[in-house]
Amino acid sequence: MANATANADTPASQQVLTFVLGSETYGVDILRVQEIRGWSSVTKIPHAPPHVLGVLNLRGSIVPIVDMRMKFNLERAEYTAVTVIIVLSVQARKGRRDFGVVVDGVSDVVNVNAAEVKPAPDLGSRAATEHIRGLMPVADRMVVLLDIDRLIGHELGAQGDALDEEPVTAAAQSAA
Amino acid sequence: MAELDLAQFHDTFFEESFEALDSMEAALLKLDVGAPNPEGVNTIFRVAHSIKGGAGMFGFTDVASFTHTLETLLDELRSARMQVTTYIADQLLLSVDVLRAMMRSVQRKEPVDMQRVADVQFDLEAIVASKGGSAPAAAPTVASDANAAVVGVAVGAGPAGAVAAATVAGGWEIGFRALPELLLRGNDPLAIFSSLAELGPLQARVNMDALPRLRQIDAERCYLSWTLQLTSDCSREQIDAAFDWATGDCEVTVQRLSTVGPGAAEATAAGQSAATASGAPVDGSATASAAAPTLTGAALATGAAAGAAGAASAGAASGSAAGSAGAASAGVAPGGAASATVTAPSTGAPTPGPAAASAHATPPAQARAAGPDAPKAAGAEHSSIRVSIEKIDELINTVGELVITQAMLSEVGRKLEGPFAEQFRSGLSQLERNMRELQESVMRVRMLPISFTFSRFPRMVRDLAQRLGKQIELKMTGEQTELDKTVLEKIGDPLVHLVRNSVDHGIESPEARIAAGKSPVGTVHLDACHRGGSIAVEIRDDGGGLDKNRILAKARSRGLVGANDVLNDDQIHELIFLPGFSTAEKTTDLSGRGVGMDVVRRNVKELGGKIEIASELGKGSRFIITLPLTLAIVDGQSVSVGTETYIVPLTSIIESLQLQSQSASRLSGRGEVFSFRGDYLPIVRLHEVFGVKPRASVLHEGLIVVAEGDGRRIGLFVDDLLGQQQVVIKSMETNYGPIDGVAGATILGDGSVALILDLTGLIRVASSRAAA
Repeated sequence: MANATANADTPASQQVLTFVLGSETYGVDILRVQEIRGWSSVTKIPHAPPHVLGVLNLRGSIVPIVDMRMKFNLERAEYTAVTVIIVLSVQARKGRRDFGVVVDGVSDVVNVNAAEVKPAPDLGSRAATEHIRGLMPVADRMVVLLDIDRLIGHELGAQGDALDEEPVTAAAQSAA
Repeated sequence: MAELDLAQFHDTFFEESFEALDSMEAALLKLDVGAPNPEGVNTIFRVAHSIKGGAGMFGFTDVASFTHTLETLLDELRSARMQVTTYIADQLLLSVDVLRAMMRSVQRKEPVDMQRVADVQFDLEAIVASKGGSAPAAAPTVASDANAAVVGVAVGAGPAGAVAAATVAGGWEIGFRALPELLLRGNDPLAIFSSLAELGPLQARVNMDALPRLRQIDAERCYLSWTLQLTSDCSREQIDAAFDWATGDCEVTVQRLSTVGPGAAEATAAGQSAATASGAPVDGSATASAAAPTLTGAALATGAAAGAAGAASAGAASGSAAGSAGAASAGVAPGGAASATVTAPSTGAPTPGPAAASAHATPPAQARAAGPDAPKAAGAEHSSIRVSIEKIDELINTVGELVITQAMLSEVGRKLEGPFAEQFRSGLSQLERNMRELQESVMRVRMLPISFTFSRFPRMVRDLAQRLGKQIELKMTGEQTELDKTVLEKIGDPLVHLVRNSVDHGIESPEARIAAGKSPVGTVHLDACHRGGSIAVEIRDDGGGLDKNRILAKARSRGLVGANDVLNDDQIHELIFLPGFSTAEKTTDLSGRGVGMDVVRRNVKELGGKIEIASELGKGSRFIITLPLTLAIVDGQSVSVGTETYIVPLTSIIESLQLQSQSASRLSGRGEVFSFRGDYLPIVRLHEVFGVKPRASVLHEGLIVVAEGDGRRIGLFVDDLLGQQQVVIKSMETNYGPIDGVAGATILGDGSVALILDLTGLIRVASSRAAA
């Protein structure tokens, strides 16, 4: 596969944290995960897009919380004691930005060989695929590998100052 | 390995040196012409000496060389072989500027403006040569000048390489031509460039075509223009903002850059560096031939240090640059260079040690750092340490967290029952007390005395007064008033502008003052004091005052005020804050273009402060800036709306009240108003603006908080008032972004987040909603 060899800096394999949303499984680079914590109620932000639920206090810093179900236009789920918030960091030009995503549950940490990651097929405008780094098989399921810089970085604060190019993404996309 | 070890002390060295230069400047300003003050000269000498030592040790040869020349002159003054004259004092002050600029360049690893260094160095040498013609005085003169030539070459090679290495991506090309008066107005191109450099990688090429002959140069004027390439996709506004303070003093052209071939850029840069390099050696050779008769003495002096490293490069540089005279100076050069480096370890070595431990480099501390030759300074010595702001902020954050944990424990403690409950509770109350003290102490760490900002004014006023032919005494009081470092940094520019205005427009010429029956010496008074939770800085002058009739006439002629409108004093004063407003008949070098007061006010407003004017024609003016002490803490009133809690800054609140039913009325079916102290104020329902579900939707069931923002008052309708507390402001922009009507967030005692309202923004949002 072309994107495996695209960049010498890209590690051949990396660890990915997978989580469940409804019937789908998604994955994010584990190095971007700051912490995983249980659901607690958030403070609403006025004038925020509907999928930005509000902000939480994370050891002294104010962190926005995004509902991934709403972000992906999935049916809303009740927040229960087992609902989980994954705190991620994105690289923006101003530096690191932290935010939390609400997911149904965290499932596993898997090793991903870069060669196994397949580019997402173009589904037209119905499902924007630019925030998807690729698809990969894990056991008998398909895991959607997310590019969180693109997914969240663009709209957090709507300043669009998240870095446009994250090295891995750039390599994978040019190869694809 | 050794170099690596030294590099970690660079920051300390630079910080120390900048502070040392400040104290040197302060001491210079206190020097009385004609009245010798050995202690003052000694202080200045020690500062120069320790900088030289440090610079030599760290290998900043050009700085060491320049300081060496400076030291030679100071030595003459110290040993009373020469008297301090006004000219010498001026040149010494100028050297402080040059040194500061040099250090700044070295610190940023940018090319040093060797032309300027060489010029000032030349003048210093001329002073020494004219009075003390002895060999020891002349020897270092020649040596250091040849040194400068070496550095010129080395530095010149820098930018060419840098340009070649950098790939010029999309960005901006900025043409920046400084008008000669730029520097006089306190604008510093370097400061502009460094603020540009924050936007992205910046390359600057200087154009010296307009530079006159050395003899004709007025050192206070700027003859240069620059071509800047900024590799950044920042907006045009961001670039313009960098030139905000210099508007009118320079010509700026901004072009979006597509992709420029690196080759072209490199070629010009290389040419430029050649020019810089060749400039310095010419002076070097000139001095060399002039000082030739004394060369034997110099050769003897350098004999001991012969064979030092760098001899080869020094020889090559001046050999290629100058003729036979240059060759003569080259022979001396290694000696000068070597002696600088040889003396360095002994004098400079103590610097990193005690220096690292002393933050406020007061003159006594300097004396310590200067080493064995400095007498032990008596008196109080500030013992302090240097800590980065991030560490302090981290500490503040952690303490904040501790407070929350402690609050949680107290909650548990209250419910606890059993044999140890009482003991536990008394321990908790002890903890609470200590915690409060800890928090206060930590907050105080960020506070600095305002003298850090005030200290630049004596020099500025002196220079301006001299230029304008005015006699001005600057008084400063309340310099020890403390305020937060972030506020301190941001009020510098507005204050500079106001002081400059007072000196230029406020204080009249001595003749005019005598004619008006005043003392020929005008007074500008800077005063700072605490007023409740804020700090008031006052700039007061006993000059001509604002001419209301002239301001009004000008405003009428420009159509800003209707011909028949009657304005009160405050409204007239308000006019001078309008962009582009100036009553000056002709624009002077210093001011009068009408740029500035609007920027002053904007800066003050951004800090959450305000500016007031009081003035009497013929008697003088007072400008009073009121600023919050800190941007980190606000006194707030918690209010609740539905399940949410918001903090309203107490400074915005006028009163809270409950409306009787029927006391509010609808205005044309839409906006609600109520009567408050004879005025009708609009009611803003917070739950509507912020889209939350309220508990009370009928006006008399909730409460009205009468609040003010940007001069407008509203009645903010909320469910309930909770309590007043000091809250630590956290930025929403760190991880999210700005929100209309929200100034920030804070963490409440239970660990949850509450938003802090920004009344100005809220009123804007509410009125745009009402209009929609």
